[in-house]
Amino acid sequence: MSVPHAILGLLHQRPHHGYDLKQQFDRMFSPDRPLPFGQVYATLARLQRDGRVEPAGVEPGAGPERKHYAITVAGANEFERWLAEPVRPEPQLQTLLFTKVVLAIIVGERAEPLLDRQRSTHIARMRELTTFRREAPITEGLLADHAIYHLEADLRWIDATAARLEELRRTLSIPSNIGDAP
Amino acid sequence: MTDIVLGAEGLVKRFGQTDALRGIDLAVERGEILAILGPSGSGKSTLLHCLAGILPADGGSVTYDGRRIDQLTEAERSALRRSAFGFVFQFGQLLPELPALENVSLPLLLGGVGRREANERSRDALASFGVAALAGALPGAMSGGEAQRVAVARALVARPRVVFADEPTGSLDSHNGERVMERFTDLVRETGTTLVVITHEPRVAAYADREVIVRDGLIAGSQRTALAVAR
Repeated sequence: MSVPHAILGLLHQRPHHGYDLKQQFDRMFSPDRPLPFGQVYATLARLQRDGRVEPAGVEPGAGPERKHYAITVAGANEFERWLAEPVRPEPQLQTLLFTKVVLAIIVGERAEPLLDRQRSTHIARMRELTTFRREAPITEGLLADHAIYHLEADLRWIDATAARLEELRRTLSIPSNIGDAP
Repeated sequence: MTDIVLGAEGLVKRFGQTDALRGIDLAVERGEILAILGPSGSGKSTLLHCLAGILPADGGSVTYDGRRIDQLTEAERSALRRSAFGFVFQFGQLLPELPALENVSLPLLLGGVGRREANERSRDALASFGVAALAGALPGAMSGGEAQRVAVARALVARPRVVFADEPTGSLDSHNGERVMERFTDLVRETGTTLVVITHEPRVAAYADREVIVRDGLIAGSQRTALAVAR
């Protein structure tokens, strides 16, 4: 999970204040392990220092200060680069892939090409391991098998997700005239 | 320069009101192993059948060795399939009333090879897949894996230029399935044969040089989109 990129993605959609970002992040990506407030503000401070987000006014009202943040052009470029780049195939990356798919949909990008590129990256890795395993001693061959079967599980998830993108988009309440619609 | 053995441009195939293929562009290099992936109903089997000249195209072109095969008559396409192509299909591929040796020698006999030579080459083909002992066995007496090996031996025995395979291993959930795939792709590479293989299994695709994904009758990631469909 890349918290800075997820926050950039949420800001790519529209400006938010910190509290709002945390609520959205928790609901979409981490219902079981809420993001600490401190981490949200620290991440925003770092992103601002690096020129990826900028303050966009303060919301009036009682209680804590509600400072709005907006994404900069540099931030949007960084986010789009991260979104388009396939993730290095390794076990336990489902959360990151899921985050990318959800963010693609909420910023109005097509999620299918993203899944296609990830599928190709996974199969390329599987091809390397399949070739390696043939000449490898049994110990290393069985380890390669283990990695291959995990990649296979990821690929099944990629296919299942590709088949349900429309449903996911509806759940995220994104109008159907953006995103994956032709 | 690349040596394209099999090509499709703007390939369209319709079944009644359904557009199974909506403008496929594809080029397969000589000696390449290409995997075609895609969800069921995506059009991948139809694509294979059109490339192999089993189904005529409704639009666009299909070429083999630079020659338009979509313009050939059924008889000419049939002759081309016998002389240049080999096939492995998932189900019902062996003739149940013939023993393995005769099943394997069929493509040779159809191609005009004498019975004695056909038998000899068929025995070698069976042996190369580790099923020489099944020469006299009927398909009904074989396990699924054994029948698969015999079928692959039959597809390769006449030294076709291109082999088309549709889910050739059924499943790789066994050490045997993996072995068949290894042996199959090794032989194809050794002989410089081109292989086009349809699969839903990434592990089969991992034996190929390249994979393409067919979705809704189009190659995913290609530029031809809604505009071409509307046309």
